[in-house]
Amino acid sequence: MRLQAKIGWMIGASVVLIAMFLFVKLNPVNLDYVLPRRAAKITAIVLTGTTIAFASVIFQTITNNRILTPSVMGLDSLYVFIQSVIAFLFGTSSLFMQNANVNFLLCVVGMIAFSGVLYRLMFRRENQNIYFLLLIGMILGSFFSSLSTFMQVLIDPNEFLILQNKLFASFNKVNTDLLWLALIGTAAVGVYVYPYIKYFNVLALGKDHAVNLGINYDLVVKRLLLAVAVLVSISTALVGPILFLGLLVVNLAREFLPTYRHSYLIGGSILISIITLVGGQLVVERLFAFSTPLSVIVNFFGGSYFLYLLLRGNIAR
Amino acid sequence: MKLRTLIILFTVLAITSLFVGVKDLRPWEMFSWTAEQQQVFWISRVPRLISIIIAGACMSIAGLIMQQLSRNKFVSPTTAGTIEWTRLGILVSMMLFAAAAPLVKMGIAFVFALGGTFLFMQVLNRIKFKDTIFIPLVGLMLGNVVSSIATYFAYRYDLVQNISSWLQGNFSLVLQGRYELLYISVPLAIIAYIYANRFTLAGMGEDFATNLGLNYKRVVTIGLIIVSLISASVVLTVGSIPYLGLIIPNIVSIYRGDHLKKSLMHTALLGASFVLLCDVLGRILIYPYEIPIGVMVGVIGSGIFLYLLLRRDAYAAAS
Amino acid sequence: MLEVKNLSKTYNGKKVVDDVSLTIRKGQITSFIGPNGAGKSTLLSMISRLITRDQGEVWLEGREIGSCDSKELARTLAILKQANHIELRLTIRELVSFGRFPYSQGRLNREDERHVDEAIAYMGLTDMQHKYLDELSGGQKQRAYIAMVLAQDTEYILLDEPLNNLDMKHSVQIMQTLRRMVQELGKTIVLVIHDINFASCYSDRIVALKDGRIVQEGSVEQIIDTDVLRGIYDLEIGIQEIAGQRICTFYA
Repeated sequence: MRLQAKIGWMIGASVVLIAMFLFVKLNPVNLDYVLPRRAAKITAIVLTGTTIAFASVIFQTITNNRILTPSVMGLDSLYVFIQSVIAFLFGTSSLFMQNANVNFLLCVVGMIAFSGVLYRLMFRRENQNIYFLLLIGMILGSFFSSLSTFMQVLIDPNEFLILQNKLFASFNKVNTDLLWLALIGTAAVGVYVYPYIKYFNVLALGKDHAVNLGINYDLVVKRLLLAVAVLVSISTALVGPILFLGLLVVNLAREFLPTYRHSYLIGGSILISIITLVGGQLVVERLFAFSTPLSVIVNFFGGSYFLYLLLRGNIAR
Repeated sequence: MKLRTLIILFTVLAITSLFVGVKDLRPWEMFSWTAEQQQVFWISRVPRLISIIIAGACMSIAGLIMQQLSRNKFVSPTTAGTIEWTRLGILVSMMLFAAAAPLVKMGIAFVFALGGTFLFMQVLNRIKFKDTIFIPLVGLMLGNVVSSIATYFAYRYDLVQNISSWLQGNFSLVLQGRYELLYISVPLAIIAYIYANRFTLAGMGEDFATNLGLNYKRVVTIGLIIVSLISASVVLTVGSIPYLGLIIPNIVSIYRGDHLKKSLMHTALLGASFVLLCDVLGRILIYPYEIPIGVMVGVIGSGIFLYLLLRRDAYAAAS
Repeated sequence: MLEVKNLSKTYNGKKVVDDVSLTIRKGQITSFIGPNGAGKSTLLSMISRLITRDQGEVWLEGREIGSCDSKELARTLAILKQANHIELRLTIRELVSFGRFPYSQGRLNREDERHVDEAIAYMGLTDMQHKYLDELSGGQKQRAYIAMVLAQDTEYILLDEPLNNLDMKHSVQIMQTLRRMVQELGKTIVLVIHDINFASCYSDRIVALKDGRIVQEGSVEQIIDTDVLRGIYDLEIGIQEIAGQRICTFYA
């Protein structure tokens, strides 16, 4: 019951924050102009929070590890990289660049293909050292983002500036063109993953136990990975990469909701993620008057927390 | 690779570098250049060459020293947060003393680099489980956190433009009169050479070094000061060149072993040659535009680092 | 009946399991013994579909396991590996409840709860069933895992080095429980075990492996024999008959 109460409080907090975001300083004069914009923005932020948290829980469950998340393994940067490759191959005036939806779908296809390869390369080997995976992931991320910059420079630099504005989002410049597609995509993934949620608790016991308990492991993992690829694409397309958000919120959820039951963990992570992002954006927009992007602040706290997790585990050993 | 081969390679690249660029300068017409051509040569091309050589060689040496002192092949200014601390230092100097002389900025950047690197070495000492992979991971994380602090202040004080120029090393801004700070690194490299034996000893551990009558703490301190000064001067003048201090010493170590005195010259030459090669490529690929060196080295460097990691893994699996 | 036909597995060009065929009899304890690297654990993992096989077939009750539904298989055959690092903070009862997953998919009914109760009681864990796993000793933890496998209520139970890291008292406890499970519940148990004296005292049949191949299989009397053991371990092992059991002496 206590867990349910906590979830209830978090839902309440999320609703209050969202309402504040929508209605504070709203008056009849600016209503028509401000409200739709705020609504679009808050939808994007909530979607981002949901997809990042969900993707991170799934990823941690498959990899059986509390400090791996898709972003830390470089999947965000991979999205940006694929985006750049498309721009490079097809040119900026092609359909693939001009139409946000087509572009997004193409990127998702690339993400699915690439993350499948990545998983095969990195997780299929037995007894893989977790720190090794992490370091590889970090470097891959940096490799992809350098490559993206490289490709972007290769495109005519003048044209690139226009492109950059169009494609690379941040919290202050949420990509609202994709909102409908992102909504549908997230819902579709939710429906797709729902039948598997009952497997999560068992998957978290590790591969051997999961197989023993009758889960068709390879198939389930493959499907979940597909879901992760789509979710990461959605969040990155909407607001750009946020390295440590997933790590931060999922681990906070684990601390706050001490249970192994993933239905609570998933819900809790998503809610914490929404609270963090909406609350954070409120503070940034209304208090700091946009001077600092939220992702910088999230990365500071997330990074520090990550460092703490790394060192705590290590020094306790 | 023989030292001679390396010298030839280096010389060829250096000469190539002098004659690649938007302005046509042909070596065989050297004596009939116009005044303008001569000016381009002396004000832009030569300083650029010198700064590439110094930055490439010295960053590689800095990496080598760090690897020796930490006894870890994957520690370098990139993977220990040194570069991020330097950047934060530069930012602080700009916030506090906007009009300060370059030397003052350099001083502040140096203090930050040194403090940050010391902090990292302290963390390293407290870690019980000295996994080769774990330590650079901690360093990268630390660097990430520091870098987000820097970005935060950059946004607060409207210095984002400035900070992003140090994010990516760029030699195209190097002109006569704007890069001379780099020369500070030259005597440091010489000191590193003199101290080479001691760094190698210190790399074998405090007990081992003390047993041989070495003042361990002092050697480590000198090593870190050299590393921090080099990083500060390079980042301030040309911007950060990632992975350089990481991959060059590792490549040299593969074919040359780990004795510092034996590998130092190779490291310096290979480092300089590598940066020269990247720079020339960066100037040719999208001629007449230019790809910043930070991007070129970032792509090639992280690729090589990945290869080194996977190679190590394959090696570990085989043994 | 569990029948293994021509199983092979190659890792990095080395044949870890090389053309192994054997039949495991119902209602008995069968032990796999052999030196390190003999392929015992790999064989066990292939039989239980934890790792893929390069070649060969595994027939369980007249069906090839590759063609079985994984969920169905989980109600017939259970496997417990030796390394069980579970990161989750679970109580004994929560862990044992996972054993009912193949039946209930996570929603336990009264029948499931009864199986869980029985399994916990059988392993003598009733008093501490609400303790967390990380508060338990090695022996208690191992019993909890075995209880989970017991709750799975399968006819076949495969255990990979169940005595690993246990002291003598706990080892004896576990082996006695396994014996009881065969006698009272009619289970079929297959073990990978290092201690040949435990194998000798508690097995019905022993399969000796070396370099990925079966050297010999047979009853305890046939395998626990100086000549046979020399062929397996390259070691002179004396056999003493003490209280009707064959004890190997190889310390001096």
